[in-house]
Formats: sequence, C-alpha cells, structure tokens
Amino acid sequence: MNSATREAFGAALVELGAMNPDVVSLDADLAGATKSAGFKKAFPERFFDMGIAEADMVSTAAGLASAGKIPFASSFSVFIVDRALDQVRNSVCYPRLNVKLVGSHAGPSCGEDGGTHQAMEDIAVMRSLPEMCVVVPADDVEARAAVLAAAEYDGPMYLRVARLASPTVYNADSYSFDLLHGDIICDGDDLTIVACGMMVGRALEAADLLADQGIRATVVNMHTIKPIDAELLEECARKTGHIITVEEASVVGGLGSAVCEVLAERYPVPVRRIGVPDVFGRSGEGSQMLDYYRLNKEHIVEVAHEMLGR
Amino acid sequence: MQYDLQAITKQMRIDIVESVNAAGCGHPGGSLSAVDVIATLYFKHMNIDPANPRWADRDRFVLSKGHAAPALYAALAERGYFPREDLITLRKLDSYLQGHPNMNDTPGVDMSTGSLGQGLSAANGMALAGRLDGKDYYVYVLLGDGESQEGQVWEAAMSAAHYKLDHVIAFLDLNGLQIDGSNDEVMSLGDIAAKWRAFGWEVIELPDGNDCNEISVAITRAKATVGKPTMIICHTVKGKGVSFMENAVEWHGQAPKGELAERALADVHAL
Repeated sequence: MNSATREAFGAALVELGAMNPDVVSLDADLAGATKSAGFKKAFPERFFDMGIAEADMVSTAAGLASAGKIPFASSFSVFIVDRALDQVRNSVCYPRLNVKLVGSHAGPSCGEDGGTHQAMEDIAVMRSLPEMCVVVPADDVEARAAVLAAAEYDGPMYLRVARLASPTVYNADSYSFDLLHGDIICDGDDLTIVACGMMVGRALEAADLLADQGIRATVVNMHTIKPIDAELLEECARKTGHIITVEEASVVGGLGSAVCEVLAERYPVPVRRIGVPDVFGRSGEGSQMLDYYRLNKEHIVEVAHEMLGR
Repeated sequence: MQYDLQAITKQMRIDIVESVNAAGCGHPGGSLSAVDVIATLYFKHMNIDPANPRWADRDRFVLSKGHAAPALYAALAERGYFPREDLITLRKLDSYLQGHPNMNDTPGVDMSTGSLGQGLSAANGMALAGRLDGKDYYVYVLLGDGESQEGQVWEAAMSAAHYKLDHVIAFLDLNGLQIDGSNDEVMSLGDIAAKWRAFGWEVIELPDGNDCNEISVAITRAKATVGKPTMIICHTVKGKGVSFMENAVEWHGQAPKGELAERALADVHAL
C-alpha cells in the first residue's frame, strides 16, 4: 500500500491478463517506468514493445482493438496525449475503438525530468475528444479497480497514473469502484472539495484540518472526469454552496474547468480551482513540486477560509 | 465466383465519377489511380462475406490514403455491401458515406482513415491480433505516395518487419502527384523501393500498377512470402480513365464541374 498508481496499474494489468486472454499490452520502450513490464514478463506473447514510436503504438493498438483485443497502450502521459494526439483522435476515438491509453508520469509529481516530461494539460486535452472516457485514480487501491473496470468498459479510455507514491486512501477490502459515479469520502455542509488523483488524499488532510476549526467539508473523489458525475456536483453545490477543486494538473481545461462547466449551467455557486497554473513545469523532486505549486493541504485550507470569509 | 475485372474496374470508375460529380467535391485523381488494386483485392483475392461485414476470419483492407474513399465505396457497393444507388450520397449530410471512410458508418470499411500515415500501423495491429488468435487472414493496406512523407509510415514499416508480419501486404499507389505538385516538387521520395527493402520488407515493383493481372500475380507472390511483410509498389496513373485528369495534379482534390463533369462521365463510359 501507499505505492504509486503506476505500480498498481502494472500489477492489475498482470491480474487482468490472467483473467482475460484478449487483454494485450503495448509500450514504447518505457515498460520499466510505466510498470507494464510485469505484463511483459508474465505474458510475453501478448506484450508488444513498439519502440520509441508512440504514434505507431496508438494506431497499432487501434488495429488490435478492431480485431477484438483489449489493448492497454502505455507510455509517459506527454508522449501518449501530446505526441500521439492525432492517432488518439483519429485511430481510436473517431472509430470508438476499445483502446485503453495509460499515461504515467503525469503532472508535476513526475518530478526531476522537468518541464518536457510533466504533462499538465493531459486531462484537458483528453476530455476534449468525443468518445473518450478520462479516469484519474486517487490511490493504488482505486488504480487497481480502475484497470479492472477499464477492461469491462467498451470504448476509448485514458487512465492517468502517477510516478510518485502517495498515501492510500481506500480500504482494499471494502472499496467498490463505480466508474460513472464520483465518491463522497467525507460529508460536511460548509463546502465541498472535489479532487482527483493523489490530491484526494491531500483534500482529506485539509478536511481534517478544517474540521478542527469547526468547518465541515464534503470531500468528493471525482475519479472519472469524463463523463463527469454532474448530478453529484449539483447535489454538492446545493448542499454546501461553495466548491473547491483540486488537481495535480493545469487549471486550464482540467477537473476544475469540468466542474465549472457543469455548475455554471446547473447550479452556479462560487468555485475556486486549485491546480497547476498555466505554466510548464520544472525539475525538482516529485513531492517538492507539489508544494512548489501549492498543491497541499495548507493551500486548500487557506482557500477555504477565503471562500467562507472565516 | 469469377468476376470480370475489366468490367468491374470500368464500373468502379463510373461510380467514382458519378459520386464525386454528385458531391461536387472530393478526390477523383487518387481514387481513379487506386481502382485496379482495390478491384483486384475485393473481386479476386479477399476472403470476405458482404452479408457479414464484421466476420472475424475475414481478410481486411485498410485504405490508409483515406481520401480515395470513392474508390473503396465503389468496390464495396459493387461487391454487395450496400446499394450502388447510395453512392451518389457521398459527402452529403445524413449519408453513411463520409468524405473519408469511417468503419462505424459504412458496412465493409475495416478501419477509419483520413489522417494520413496511420493505416499501416492499424493494419499491423490487425495482423498481430490474427496471429494471437491463430487465424490465417491477410491484412491489405493501400498507401499514397505523398502519404509516405508521414513519419508514422516508417515507424509502422519498422514494426511490421520487427514482428515479421507476413500477413500484412501493402500497396503504394505511386502516381507521382500530390495536392501541391509532384512528389519531387513537394518532398522527394527518393528511391522508395530501396527504402522499403532497407526497412526489411519484400518489395515487388509493378511498372503498370493499373494492370489487374500484374497486381494479382504480385498478391499471389506476396502471400507466398514467409517471415516478412510485402510492399507492392504500383506505378499508377493519377486520374486513370478520365482523359483530362490523367497525370494532372489539379484533379487531386476537386470535382469536375459542368461540361467537364459530363466529359469525365463520357470518358469512363467509353472505357
């Protein structure tokens, strides 16, 4: 437990491979880093290294899917989302093929590799594509569940996983993942914190601090950003009147934007977006980068105070 | 069943001119150059069932140069996938014949294409799936010459050789022209046969890539090739069959209008 979501992805893929012979894996010379290497070892005949050629990898995955396979194509998020965007759009989403794209090392927590490698825009870009489902698991327990759910879901999916290990939020024995519904982890009437990915854990820490100060926060894990659980968002807006979104991604077009889009049309309430500002990243240790962009409980608490005027 | 390929290719050229005329736009030049490869595949070599377009064991065809959709649609209609009368709905709102092929709109289309450079990768994926499933189907893919300027084509060329995909058989529609001019004016392909050989492919070069007999012999040879993919380089005539379109770059991406539309139709009827 407390392992990176990429580790959980790798382990779950092996689990899936044993259950379903149609599951295949492709990687672009990063199997060791994305953790698809476990599948490569367990099922070498169903693993395809495509070399450092992400465009070819994504369209090849589309061809495999057209013939009934369930391909998981993995690489760093920047290379799948940005370099192979045309292939994701035209080979996968346009024909609605059953391809699972796994982008690892997403966000500033990618760390030392720096600005070229930290995908800040991946959620925004992927959710703008018709037919694409976008999932950002909160921890290792949910990452495993999301990988298993991905194989059951028929259609294109982008699964965002992280390089950096983060605290486990869910109990592996009791957690039941529901792809199309956000998860209310704690309940309160004063405000709602909507988070995704490793920010869910930090949102819970912030909620604890706020509780000590007599402010009761609802925390929603919005693991699936597209299609987003609009009913749940409206319900939270009605109940708490204040929304804070927290994501380890650009505030341009990501979770915060998706929440604002829903609420602006259904039940407008004040929203504050916490995320990476509209900038490229830089080198630094992963957890250090989270603090550098103020993706931490202290900042969430501060924003809550500003919003509530107390 | 034996088809008369001369009659088929003539009818396909009529279909192409009629549908592009009706659409008032489209890509007649590269559709007409590709007719003979597509006809030879659909009417002589491919193991397919028009009544069951998604039959799992079928041979597949990927039109990587998706703008030649009118040629593919003509073949599918003549082969019985859908009514020939529908061809004139090409590119119209509510039609299932999109400007570039979409597998979910049109029965018989095996892969959506249109953004150049992606088809060979998809074909490789289909062949890998076939191998995993112990199936013996072939995957045919048609690339354009201008399309060969896309880097992904060469990524896929490397992959097909790496995975020894001898059930991938590719064709290059080498008519020498692309939208903005000749290949040599826009971006020279150089010794294209040598390039494919260097990537580990078996290469067959057809001096007359509009000759169905030559194409058929090459396909038979390609199917007998073991352990590597085959590229059949077809030297074709862009606009083949319409006198004023032949080897004329301006008919890459526009439909003839008025009197020229009539002349185009008369030309293909006279074939």
